[in-house]
Amino acid sequence: MNESKDLMNVIYETGFVIDDVLLYLDTHPCDKKALEYYESYRKLYLKLTKEYAEKFGPLNKTQINSSNYWTWVQNPWPWEKEAC
Amino acid sequence: MWNYEKRLQYPVKIKNPDPKMAMVIISQFGGPDGELAASMRYLSQRYVMPYREVAGLLTDIGTEELAHMEIVCAIVHQLTRNLSPEDIKKSGFDTYYVDHTLGLWPQAASGTPFSATVFQSKGDPITDLNEDMAAEQKARTTYDNILRLVKDPDICDPIRYLREREIVHYQRFGEGLRIVQDNLNSKNFYAFNPAFTNPKSSDCDCNK
Repeated sequence: MNESKDLMNVIYETGFVIDDVLLYLDTHPCDKKALEYYESYRKLYLKLTKEYAEKFGPLNKTQINSSNYWTWVQNPWPWEKEAC
Repeated sequence: MWNYEKRLQYPVKIKNPDPKMAMVIISQFGGPDGELAASMRYLSQRYVMPYREVAGLLTDIGTEELAHMEIVCAIVHQLTRNLSPEDIKKSGFDTYYVDHTLGLWPQAASGTPFSATVFQSKGDPITDLNEDMAAEQKARTTYDNILRLVKDPDICDPIRYLREREIVHYQRFGEGLRIVQDNLNSKNFYAFNPAFTNPKSSDCDCNK
């Protein structure tokens, strides 16, 4: 349980960088440093969310890989206190 | 289209229910300066925004506001779990409970239902962006007002996050307004409405 929490915390942090730089790039589409910064965090985010989905369950519909049970509805929803 | 990501943008973990505080915080779900109004405002305005950078900004901030609405709803939900009829009566939550039980419904703290009349989509980029900047400041004030009433750090933490995002959005909309004005006649910004006459698309220097 703690491993999933730790991994989700890094996903929260990395996801925030992406959300914030996304808006900056909308109004500064030529900023080379920001473009590189976005690219490095985009790669990291993909890696982390892939790892999370494989270990603890899907975070989006393209990560659902169920043969016996529909894992999308298996874990707590984000608003539940029990969620990561 | 949109895709759902099964996590909050910022975590909400509230140990102690507090229905009285939930009745105040629900204003940022369905109130006049709440997240639902913010999202609907930007996502409605974007279709006639003639500059792609600014249309992108309206799309991305409008999308982020949906994630903020989910955070506010998660706070209200966790503040109203496991309530006894005595808790409901004592806290004053009974006036909400009678119509909605513990369900989430978009209303202001006063009980006024959510309404599209709290925002505009005027079809004029200068007008809309000035409204958007004002909206971010009004939401920031509302979060400041909430923070004066809240003592529980479990509630303060995500509210402070939401407050900070209002300031960032204000900054970005200011830059959006600058992009719009840079595309207009510098001697008379109001010579024509670029969303109605002579619309232009992206003219970022690096694309020329």
